Amino acid sequence: MTTVPTQVATGAATVPARVLAPGRSVRTVVAPIVFGGVFVGLWQALVTGLGIDPYVVPAPSAILAELVDNLGSVASGAAHTGLNALLGLVIGTVVAVLAAVLANVVKVLDQLAAPVVAALSVMPIVALAPVLYTLYGAAVETARVLVAALAVLIPVYVNTLRGLRQTRPVHRDLMRAYAASSAQQQWVLTLPTAAPYLFTGLRIASSLAVISALVAEYFGGPIGGLGKSITSAASSSNYPLAWAYVLGSIVLGLVFYGVALLAEVVATRHQPGTRT
Amino acid sequence: MTAVHVEGLDRVFTSRQGSVTALQGVDLDVAPGEFVSLIGPSGCGKSTLLRLIADLDQPTSGTLEVFGKSARQARLDQDYGIAFQQAGLLPWRTVAKNIELPLALHKVGKAERQARVQELIELIGLTEFAGSYPDQLSGGMQQRVAIARALAERPRLLLMDEPFGALDEMTRERMQNELARICAETGAAVVFVTHSIPEAVFLSDRVVVMSPRPGRIVDVVPVRLPGTTRDDALREDASFFAAVAAVREALHGTPATAARGVENR
Repeated sequence: MTTVPTQVATGAATVPARVLAPGRSVRTVVAPIVFGGVFVGLWQALVTGLGIDPYVVPAPSAILAELVDNLGSVASGAAHTGLNALLGLVIGTVVAVLAAVLANVVKVLDQLAAPVVAALSVMPIVALAPVLYTLYGAAVETARVLVAALAVLIPVYVNTLRGLRQTRPVHRDLMRAYAASSAQQQWVLTLPTAAPYLFTGLRIASSLAVISALVAEYFGGPIGGLGKSITSAASSSNYPLAWAYVLGSIVLGLVFYGVALLAEVVATRHQPGTRT
Repeated sequence: MTAVHVEGLDRVFTSRQGSVTALQGVDLDVAPGEFVSLIGPSGCGKSTLLRLIADLDQPTSGTLEVFGKSARQARLDQDYGIAFQQAGLLPWRTVAKNIELPLALHKVGKAERQARVQELIELIGLTEFAGSYPDQLSGGMQQRVAIARALAERPRLLLMDEPFGALDEMTRERMQNELARICAETGAAVVFVTHSIPEAVFLSDRVVVMSPRPGRIVDVVPVRLPGTTRDDALREDASFFAAVAAVREALHGTPATAARGVENR
């Protein structure tokens, strides 16, 4: 392993040393790839070697074959579920941030909301799906979007509210010295202070939104999403296809998480130590 | 009209554990364009006095006027600029945007804002850092930005609470030279809180010596006639050392002999 960077270094002098530093590139890039490769290889060997039935666990090659054959279906399923998750994420975040700003300004609202927040944070929100389907009808996506929005609400609210309280005394003194209005103080100081915390909440919420929108599909509603596709493939005993859809959901979740993580990194780039 | 007029000022902090008299019977007048330092050990109420002048805190009793107005009115009218020991820059704003902050808050036009920011960045010698963020600057550079921000609205009064307290000695002396130059150029009155005797003597027209428990003014040492230039030559001048000795004497209450170890900070 140690010879790889040396060979590259002698061949390409223009490559920055940082890229070639073995401690960095090998451990962060090569190691997970090697681990993943070994894991999938062992899986394949065990399934074919022991003749394990697909309903227990299908071979990676079978899953891959189904994924390639049904790439269009998996992609459209991901787009379908992803749109619900995205809408839920946006709606949930907007509501959560507005609620947090309000709770921070009007302290009594914060105290009033505390039991509701506690209740919502322990409630399995997906369990609301059947109720919401009845409420809004099973022919529309409303119930799924709402489930995703509700799942997003609590982590974004809690993190944002915490962030809104992180303003430093020296900054508050400064705002008072400038005779800034409350609205100006919110806009210039309080909200930017909370931004890194909001984005941390958003990162946590991003994968929750995907999971919630997907699992909500199990309880009814229109077909076409990844959740419905997993259940229908499994019920028709096409296990490799079900796993291909699961793979699609993993990728969808990672995309959401990756974008949210990127947003967080950008939002915190000048505030070292605020990323949690 | 005086820049700051303080008469019989008391500030008592009351808590469940009892009450602490932070300031007692403080009288002080600062003339326009005058540089006055407040010096004394920790807990002597010098920062409290500054915060009262800035209307960041209210006195328990006594009279406090800034340019003949109440401290509150002077704050609302933006009659003073302020700098603290922590630079207190907003980390998500660039240097230029930080300096611009008070102007933006008070709805100064965009063109005027930009011209003023340009002027101030040149004044503090950070032109090439206009687009940098505070985390990319050294402590001394951040403090210069904070001072530029305090000067943004051309205040007639500058309030400074140990602005160089967290800097190393060399940076500190350079910052003092710069502040002396800036004050000479702007003609603003300054109330300057510090722990350092040489710093107070170098910068000030008068040094106000305070003592703790309860915080009060024990002496006012006139260290220089207004108008004398302040540069590095002054730091080695005999009159500078004499003034340092006089302030130390007032601080410790006993005549200090020249042979004694000089505490230069």
